[in-house]
Amino acid sequence: MPSAVDVGIAACGAYVPRLRLSRAEVASAQAWVNPGLRPLARAERSVCGWDEDAITMAVEAARATLADRDRATIGRAYLGSTTAPYADRLNGGVVSGALGLREDAAAFDVGGSMRAGTSALLAAFDAAAAREDDVLCVAADRRRAAAATQQELVIGHAAAALVVGRGPGIARLLGHASLTVDFVDHFRAADREFDYQWEERWVRDEGYLKLVPRLVGDLLAQTGVAARDIARFCLPSPIRRVDQQVARAIGIAAERVSDPLSDGCGDSGAAHPLLMLVHALESARAGDKILVVGFGQGGDAILLEATGAPTGGAAAGVTRWLDRRASCSYPRYLALDGLVKLDRGIRAEADKGSALTAAYRHRDFLLSLTGGRCDACGTHQIPRGDICVDPDCHAVGALAPHSFAESAGRVATWSADRLTFTPDPPAYYGTVDFAEGGRLLMDFADVDEGAVDVGTPMRMVFRIKDRDPVRGFARYFWKAAPVAAEEA
Amino acid sequence: MATGIRDRVVILGMGCSRFGERWDADAERLMVEAFGEARADAGIDASEIDGAWFSTSQEETSVGKSSVPMATALRLGYIPVSRVENQCASGTEAFRAAVYAVASGACDIALALGSEKLKDTGYGGLPQRTRGRVNDLYWANVSTPGLFAQLAAAYRAKHRVPAADLKRAMAHISVKSHDNGALNPKAHLRRRITMDAVLEAPIVAEPLGLYDCCGVSDGAAAAIVTTPEIARARGRRDLVSVKALQLSVSNGLEAQHQSWDGSYFMTTRHAARRAYAEAGIANPREQLSLIEVHDCFSITELVTLEDLGISPEGGAVADVLDGFYDADGTVPCQIDGGLKCFGHPIGASGLRMLYELYLQMTERAGERQMAREPRFGLTHNLGGAPHANVCSITILGRQAG
Repeated sequence: MPSAVDVGIAACGAYVPRLRLSRAEVASAQAWVNPGLRPLARAERSVCGWDEDAITMAVEAARATLADRDRATIGRAYLGSTTAPYADRLNGGVVSGALGLREDAAAFDVGGSMRAGTSALLAAFDAAAAREDDVLCVAADRRRAAAATQQELVIGHAAAALVVGRGPGIARLLGHASLTVDFVDHFRAADREFDYQWEERWVRDEGYLKLVPRLVGDLLAQTGVAARDIARFCLPSPIRRVDQQVARAIGIAAERVSDPLSDGCGDSGAAHPLLMLVHALESARAGDKILVVGFGQGGDAILLEATGAPTGGAAAGVTRWLDRRASCSYPRYLALDGLVKLDRGIRAEADKGSALTAAYRHRDFLLSLTGGRCDACGTHQIPRGDICVDPDCHAVGALAPHSFAESAGRVATWSADRLTFTPDPPAYYGTVDFAEGGRLLMDFADVDEGAVDVGTPMRMVFRIKDRDPVRGFARYFWKAAPVAAEEA
Repeated sequence: MATGIRDRVVILGMGCSRFGERWDADAERLMVEAFGEARADAGIDASEIDGAWFSTSQEETSVGKSSVPMATALRLGYIPVSRVENQCASGTEAFRAAVYAVASGACDIALALGSEKLKDTGYGGLPQRTRGRVNDLYWANVSTPGLFAQLAAAYRAKHRVPAADLKRAMAHISVKSHDNGALNPKAHLRRRITMDAVLEAPIVAEPLGLYDCCGVSDGAAAAIVTTPEIARARGRRDLVSVKALQLSVSNGLEAQHQSWDGSYFMTTRHAARRAYAEAGIANPREQLSLIEVHDCFSITELVTLEDLGISPEGGAVADVLDGFYDADGTVPCQIDGGLKCFGHPIGASGLRMLYELYLQMTERAGERQMAREPRFGLTHNLGGAPHANVCSITILGRQAG
């Protein structure tokens, strides 16, 4: 059913981690055990750094989406993921905190299947229709795969985000449909590391080729749109060419099938339908009808029509992230993902326990990098103490909250440390001076050798600071990453 | 301004354990070694000590908290004993407390003893430990070499020094200290090294290589102090007295305010200015005979030479390469081998530096004895990190009269 109230996508953005794993390298290394990987040995897939997960990727995609928007206009937030790090701790609450969203904005974790992203988006549309303010929908997945499996090559890591609100925005919602059928093509029990996969041919013939046409047929009938009028068909294709086969079954021309983003990314699970949608919006023309399908125990289908309103340019797309890359060798990937246990030495045994009381007291600092600006002298500083740091001021209790999360920074001092324990040595860190004043000695992220020196422009990124293997807790904080050359 | 400490307190005796990987010894045995030598040198009985200060920093890997471990190890006579901790300045803090106690009249004879047992961790470098419950949540994933290496990046940028030139000057510092340490029977590392070995050593934290870092070792050192009057009454001549005792502590400015450029130690500059005033030194480059500075890393020594006002700003590279600070140079620096060769048992280091000045001033430094008679000697400790630290400076000299 078309919504009673006109709703649409107001803004979009994405995030793909910069590390890339060569599928040919994996296939070659594992040819001894699984020569069947060879046909998949094309291009690269994306890989999270050791300090990235569904939460941190969601934050980055949301930041790209929100850009200069007033974040106070977001009244609700959905996070779709099958790899949200916490089973019981609101994962979306961490994202909301990092984004500095209003505390009275509800946050929902949506999970449980590959359609978690599209289901989150459906919920966001429904919520937007009933609300005055905007709704944020983010999907992110960092799925894992056992070594030498097809999944190891098919999967990628990424996130996509959309702001949904009243009015047509950049793409108007024409309708959506869902189908819930307990078709188990693969599953991952709650206590298991990896997926268990059934035969691909059955998944294709009984699953994709029967369920998706039925689902899409319902939606097209509902909205009175003909299959031939679909300009972009966004269906993740974890089985090679299944997107094309489904399109043919529905009556959508081959050239209307969207790029599955296999090159440079790979199938990002619950995030992937939304990632493909964001990619389609990059180049969509006014009037283009975009059909997005999330497949999983049935599926969700969403039909949108691009309005031609500007999408936010390159910053709001996927391509800029695909263009930004750094190689990750297969052995390094295996170690970063925990698939191979490296000896980390006694230093790695240091207790990484977190005091939840202290973390709560400092939550605005830890989550949204909030320091202070002195009401008396105007000096910016972080962390926010009780007495102003300016030597000519020292005003007591005069610091008003000021977030540095979106501030421009420059390296004042740095080193690359090979002594301290880090999962991905060396550990780069240094003092970052902020444009408005203030500085912080902080960890760096995403640094290639030779990429930082005094004066290098840096941006803030929300990352895992430490993993606590004893208690299964990850603590998050902000790091400084070199601003990509084209953004400097 | 306060009148200061100059010439009010003298050293009655000093001792220093052999430093090194003392697999044979607990911290307590190191204390007994240092104390035994100091007590014999002072010519006193333990019962004559009125008060004692004990410095140790990393008590988690050593003796635990409080002063009880030292009072027990030395069987002190139920006198006042306090433990002090101020990072790498801890040893100097014990000395400062003992000197102040004598100057105040609270004690006639006071003991300062520092010891540290670092080599019970199973790995090289300083023990890995919590930095505090709140700090652990946000501090960068630092090691000490990584923190001090930050200086090099800022120093290169500020003074436009090519990386290779700075690296060579840093290497000269380490080669020089190893030359000196080779002559010291109490040093941990007693092997000479070459420039090439330093320059080609594996990187610990860019640009610091293995030989840019001081050793990590176990050790203890002690000082027994009293008034000049008591010392003379006990027949002592040629007294070595305390000329200045200064401390400066960061208040967050370097860490949070962009007015500091990261290439020097603000605290050292504050402490040095006050120490020279207290000691009556107008021109440190001319008046200081020898110095023992906190060479935890070669880059620390290099920038400290400027912060102490001995080399001009940006001039340390040239002075170092000219041999100004070599054992036969104008102002020998680390004539005993420094932290570089002694290693850095944190609570002991400040007192170990004072021990060398005392030996040189009493002409008991053996093969290392300076040709010229030393007039003023300076020790310097720097604890923490360039952006947040504790700096202590002590100046010793011949007692007037």
